Amino acid sequence: MEVDMKRVSRFFVVAILAIALIGSLYAGGGKEAAKGAPKTIKIGAIYPLTGGIAVTGADCKSGVEMAIDIINNKYDIDFPFAKTEGIPNLGGAKLEVVFADSRGDATQGMAEAERLITQDKIVAMVGGYQSAVVKTISVATERLRIPYVLSDATSPTLTERGFKYFFRVIPHDGIQAKNALDMIRDIEKKENVPLKKVALIWENTEWGSNVAVQVRKYAQEYGMTIVADIGYPNRTTDLTAEVMRIKASQPDVLIHPGYISDAILFVKTLKSMDVVPKVFVGMAAYVEPNFLQTLGNDGNYIFTRAVYGLDLAKAKPFIAKINELYKQKYGRDMSANAARSFTAPFVMADAINRAKSLDPDAIQKALMETNLPASAFISPYEGCKFDPNTHDNIYARSLYLQIQNQQYRVVWPFDLAPVPYQFPFKPWKER
Amino acid sequence: MFIQLVVSGLLLGCIYSLISMGLSLIWGVMGIVNFAHGAFVMLAMYAAYYGDQLLRIDPLLFTPLAIALLFLLGVIVYQMIIQYVVDGPYVSRLLATFGLGFFLINMAQFLWSPNFRTIKESMVHGVWKIGTVMIELPKLASSLGSILVAALVFLFIRKTRTGQAIQAISADKMGAALMGINLKRIAAFSFGLGIACAGAAGSLLATFYYIFPDVASLFGLIALVAVALGGFGSVEGAFLGALILGLVETLGGYYVDPNWKYALMFLIYLGIVLVRPQGLLGRGKV
Repeated sequence: MEVDMKRVSRFFVVAILAIALIGSLYAGGGKEAAKGAPKTIKIGAIYPLTGGIAVTGADCKSGVEMAIDIINNKYDIDFPFAKTEGIPNLGGAKLEVVFADSRGDATQGMAEAERLITQDKIVAMVGGYQSAVVKTISVATERLRIPYVLSDATSPTLTERGFKYFFRVIPHDGIQAKNALDMIRDIEKKENVPLKKVALIWENTEWGSNVAVQVRKYAQEYGMTIVADIGYPNRTTDLTAEVMRIKASQPDVLIHPGYISDAILFVKTLKSMDVVPKVFVGMAAYVEPNFLQTLGNDGNYIFTRAVYGLDLAKAKPFIAKINELYKQKYGRDMSANAARSFTAPFVMADAINRAKSLDPDAIQKALMETNLPASAFISPYEGCKFDPNTHDNIYARSLYLQIQNQQYRVVWPFDLAPVPYQFPFKPWKER
Repeated sequence: MFIQLVVSGLLLGCIYSLISMGLSLIWGVMGIVNFAHGAFVMLAMYAAYYGDQLLRIDPLLFTPLAIALLFLLGVIVYQMIIQYVVDGPYVSRLLATFGLGFFLINMAQFLWSPNFRTIKESMVHGVWKIGTVMIELPKLASSLGSILVAALVFLFIRKTRTGQAIQAISADKMGAALMGINLKRIAAFSFGLGIACAGAAGSLLATFYYIFPDVASLFGLIALVAVALGGFGSVEGAFLGALILGLVETLGGYYVDPNWKYALMFLIYLGIVLVRPQGLLGRGKV
């Protein structure tokens, strides 16, 4: 009997321990289940934070940070997610951005995307800035099934690949190039001066060479002649030969898609070789605050494409409030580049909010159903709805700004412009 | 047009030449390919920038000061890093300067932000027109400065005892040591001198070029090709190689296609190396 008692008590001890163990496992499981509404949602954003265009990367980063601040905190602005904290349908979960550095390099972009997804466990991706880098980042996000909303790179080829998880809010280069030539035609009509001879100089990576393709296409359609068509290696040390070619072609219109170091060098070289077109349209780098700081008065009269201008605040009063907030934080007006990058986090937050889940396929489905009004954008878009095949925003459109007295003013389309454009381009010596 | 392109090419080549001469000097004496060379040019550009902003010294006049500053920096870097790897395996020499360049560029970004800066207007500015040929005066001034510095370096190497010691080491390290030349001291000196050339180039470049942390990486690469083209270890060769590259860049960019200008530069280099593996003015075997 005594032996039996020992056995029984031993059995009880083991049983109690086992139950305690299993119970604790269950308790853990219970915690997991309650975690359905997470505290933070990690989103990845990759920008060129060092290297040749680090200054641009920092500008884009500030736009994303501003967006996240508005989504996560309470502000009295008539804008999506401003009056609430976090993602309402997920218990007010906050967004957390994990930034990574592409160094402006496509290979690095893909490696960083993979790292963010596998190690930092991000559930969504935004940003990228350079089309060449976005191209490789999106390959990684597509393969690892991470929804990616892009609002700051414009090469048309990005959305021609039929990716499932990749969406773009900004108008692509085809639309922006067409808009540039539309503007030139409008000026031609108004001024009654022929603007038919176009010199095109483009940086030869993914983005610049595709802009060139689009400009050529619409120039032909509009009966303009390309008198110089010059590609050059991105981040070149010297642009003398290129500018000499332009000078020899005597163009009415000069169009240059380029990144910042080349754009500064290009304008300086144009000035020293005294090349004066009638209309000068710059793309990308030309909207950057640092471009203007560096060149001062030499930047005046240049037209540049953008999807943002402080002048839009007249039509959309919330823009002034957001700019005020931005100014408090960064001590300067929001730039067009920062404004581009500002958009994607909202579109992504909207999709996550409607999906009520962090499951990639649920977010993807919500993105397909996106239908945002014009009042959800600080850009001139008439809203956002994605084309079911390309996933490009069907309501996207572009603005043209002109640098007047060292300020970016909206001058096209004419009905959105508070000031008239200045024409023609003023000779360098008379400034 | 042709004359214009030749003039522009030569002006560009003169700027490349100072950078490549320093590189060649360092290689000749200690067999190190200084991958941090571009970063030193960048540091000198920032020094010239702050000289202009804070002390109101024009970058052109700042050049002697930049030379002195960078010479000192070069000697310090030699004492702290280079002397420990100079007798090590080739890979460690390579990685030491590579890492140093990386460090300096990122340090510059940390200290001075990635923003672009320029010196508003150098004391020499404007364009000089001879017929249809336009010569940018800041570039001309910088090129003349480069030639002056280059000439001084030539003279120094040919005429002074220290210079002859440098030549002796380049020619035969062991022999030089046996003749009683203090290898360590000469090495520290020539590393300083090489970096000082980069300093002169940076200060002169700052008169008309924008400045940002990663500005000189491509200059460093082109200088490397110039050195290989002219012949490793030959300072004159480096000068000549740089002029050729400047000409190829502008002429090739105009008559062929700017897309291919760097490809052309490397192609010419390959062509010359195939015929003369030691480079144009290089001596000895490779």
